[in-house]
Amino acid sequence: MIEEKKGFFRGLMDKLTGTEDISVTQEKPVEVEEPGPGLFERLKRGLSKTHDSLVGRIDTLLLGKKEIDADTLEELEEILITADLGVSTTVDLIKTLEQKLKRNELQDGEALRAALKGEILSRISRSAAPLDTGSAKPFVIMVIGVNGVGKTTTIGKLAARYTAEGKKVLLAAGDTFRAAAAEQLQIWGERAGVEVVRHQEGADPSAVVFDGCKAAVARDADILIIDTAGRLHTKVNLMEELKKVRRVMGREIPGAPHETLLVLDAATGQNAISQAKIFKETADVTGIALTKLDGTAKGGIVVAVSNEFGLPVRFIGVGEGVDDLRDFDPAEFVEALF
Amino acid sequence: MFDALSEKLDLVFKKLRGQGTLTEENIKEALREVRLALLEADVNFKVVKDFVERVRERAVGTQVLQSLTPGQQVVKIVHDELVALMGGGEDNSLDLAAKPPVSILMVGLQGAGKTTTCGKLASWLKGQRRNPLLVPADVYRPAAIEQLKTLGRQLSLPVYESRADQDPVDICREALRHADLNGYDTVIFDTAGRHQIDDFLMEELARIKAAVEPREILFVADAMTGQEAVNVASGFNDRLDISGVVLTKLDGDAKGGAALSIRAVTGKLVKFVGLGEKLDALQVFHPDRLVSRILGMGDVLTLVEKAQATFDVKEAERLQQKLKKSQFDLEDFRSQLQQFKKLGSIESIMGMIPGMGKAMKQLQGAQPSEKELKRVEAIIDSMTPSERADHAVINGSRRLRIAKGSGTTVQEVNMLLKRFTEAQKMMKQLQKLGPKGLMRGMGGLGKGMLPF
Ligand SMILES: Nc1nc2c(ncn2[C@@H]2O[C@H](COP(=O)(O)OP(=O)(O)O)[C@@H](O)[C@H]2O)c(=O)[nH]1
Ligand SMILES: [Mg+2]
Repeated sequence: MIEEKKGFFRGLMDKLTGTEDISVTQEKPVEVEEPGPGLFERLKRGLSKTHDSLVGRIDTLLLGKKEIDADTLEELEEILITADLGVSTTVDLIKTLEQKLKRNELQDGEALRAALKGEILSRISRSAAPLDTGSAKPFVIMVIGVNGVGKTTTIGKLAARYTAEGKKVLLAAGDTFRAAAAEQLQIWGERAGVEVVRHQEGADPSAVVFDGCKAAVARDADILIIDTAGRLHTKVNLMEELKKVRRVMGREIPGAPHETLLVLDAATGQNAISQAKIFKETADVTGIALTKLDGTAKGGIVVAVSNEFGLPVRFIGVGEGVDDLRDFDPAEFVEALF
Repeated sequence: MFDALSEKLDLVFKKLRGQGTLTEENIKEALREVRLALLEADVNFKVVKDFVERVRERAVGTQVLQSLTPGQQVVKIVHDELVALMGGGEDNSLDLAAKPPVSILMVGLQGAGKTTTCGKLASWLKGQRRNPLLVPADVYRPAAIEQLKTLGRQLSLPVYESRADQDPVDICREALRHADLNGYDTVIFDTAGRHQIDDFLMEELARIKAAVEPREILFVADAMTGQEAVNVASGFNDRLDISGVVLTKLDGDAKGGAALSIRAVTGKLVKFVGLGEKLDALQVFHPDRLVSRILGMGDVLTLVEKAQATFDVKEAERLQQKLKKSQFDLEDFRSQLQQFKKLGSIESIMGMIPGMGKAMKQLQGAQPSEKELKRVEAIIDSMTPSERADHAVINGSRRLRIAKGSGTTVQEVNMLLKRFTEAQKMMKQLQKLGPKGLMRGMGGLGKGMLPF
């Protein structure tokens, strides 16, 4: 409890320095009554409806309403947040709708919905562009992201897809840290029928990348895809390692990596913004792959990420199978959001 | 990116200075900030809504205590309510009270961190003098079995020999029998990641549950999860009746509000948190720490622990003696300063301390630094032992001498002495707390010690 934490030195220094009101802690305990037992029940009941689709909820919201008032917009705000669009994007969207409302551009629910879709679409498609791997040979794709988002799986799917397109693909197992990461990529390589350059666990990832680049050139590969160990973007040393790996690539193959693909998990909330920001700063991300859209998560945060950092979403992952990769289609994505 | 809630609330309440009671009207804006802070922390929308309503009910009519600002009062209420929601005070220890071998089933979405957590948990159990067996039952993800086997090798812990062409339910059933025959007392089952709407795979989990009758079913959740956490958690809980939650990847900068959502929909307690990729990076969950994190109060308790570890016990005992006799003097105070320095540079501790952001702004770039602490130390250094033992003897000419000797001013010396006198009074309160209180006091040192 807070009042206990205010130890004596805390108090002492407050006295000594006269900064009593800086902290949020307090001297005297505030009377705290025990929470009533009904809280969970109430929450549970309230939450049981969250499965309803966004469009259903907007329809309910607008049912019978010929005019859209401020209350409606406020409820809309809630709906958008629940779809993980994030607080600031939601506020932004609502403001825009409010202005349209003031200008009498929104007469009914249908108009509101169309305007909302349009606004989201413009944000997500501003920088949309498919990945063109024909601009270099070998075209080097470096895949990065936090732990468990689906990097290796996405690489496996990409390898299968490009191979099916008749391209010669090579994979490099740059995750030398996580237990059995190289084995995992190896299995994906076998599924896709492509070779995998790998070293032992614990080896220097730069060395793997170096060998991968050499092999890609020697074997005349069209595409080299580099797997990396998952890392939280807040770990400075691991982020530095990414820079080093990039330098090695650039030395071996001019312009490499040609694409730095940041993998984001659709279930991720606001933290995706922090991930994108820091990965972009350190590793110059050029595109996004959004995975696990086959679950119930909508991946709404990608709207903010794409918009804020000007990053195109290249691919979406819709399952664990080798074929479960799609090109990103902004219009389809927005439809699915609702 | 996000300012601490407490700072925002202080701004909100700036206009309300002098108001003695929290009213519906004057806390409106504050509650809006609370709501935003929780949403930005990924707490589910509906959970937030109910929660804010509850805080409103609690807050309206509350007298603002004299020692508090209204902002502090609201944060206090929010904090306490959140801790209560997260099960503060409830027993969240692992329940292994059953006839061995006791089964623990790990479940969750793909990529949540189940396999790594299995390794960490086994290692933790070993530390509790248990004899765990790890069982890989993820036959779907490529090399998942190999991953757990590798972890077992790294930890020198046994891993059951399963193969990807076996049925997961068979693996688990046979592994349990194997554990029974070979004297393992705890069995940890690693299962494949799955979506809660995947009927086939959820059914598989239900069958594993029936086969091994786990004492604990731990739902492993990524701290970065967004609004969907409620649906995922309730999906798993409805089907399996989970017994607890492990929150992973809390070593990043995610606020971890998903934990609140999960707790709210399932009623189940978080038992552990994962704080890194290393196999010892598993900790028992403390609700107040997560709450502080969500509210942007800094990881106060982590700091407290760090302080406690640094503080040497003998010194604590010596002080305790002195305190009993009400003899705490400037000499002791100086030794506190030195203890504090052991904690590391002030700058490195800054981030852990609540309210620092605001303090920094107030100082407008004047770096709060070790320098200021050094001045205080220098003043005390320039005193004679007898002056330190009893500061009452320090008259005007002595003050001048001390100021000169320490390269400070008489005003600074005066200020220090005046405040030290006040502080001494407070120490009497501390005596009532006993040794534990003293250690806590040392912890408080960390955040209170900073003269800015
Ligand atoms: N359902 C589903 N699961 C996925 C998808 N992409 C990856 N996964 C799963 O997420 C988990 C982590 O994937 P992995 O590729 O090992 O992540 P990495 O640590 O980023 O390399 C595995 O269980 C994958 O099967 C997807 O699009 N849908
Ligand atoms: Mg991987």
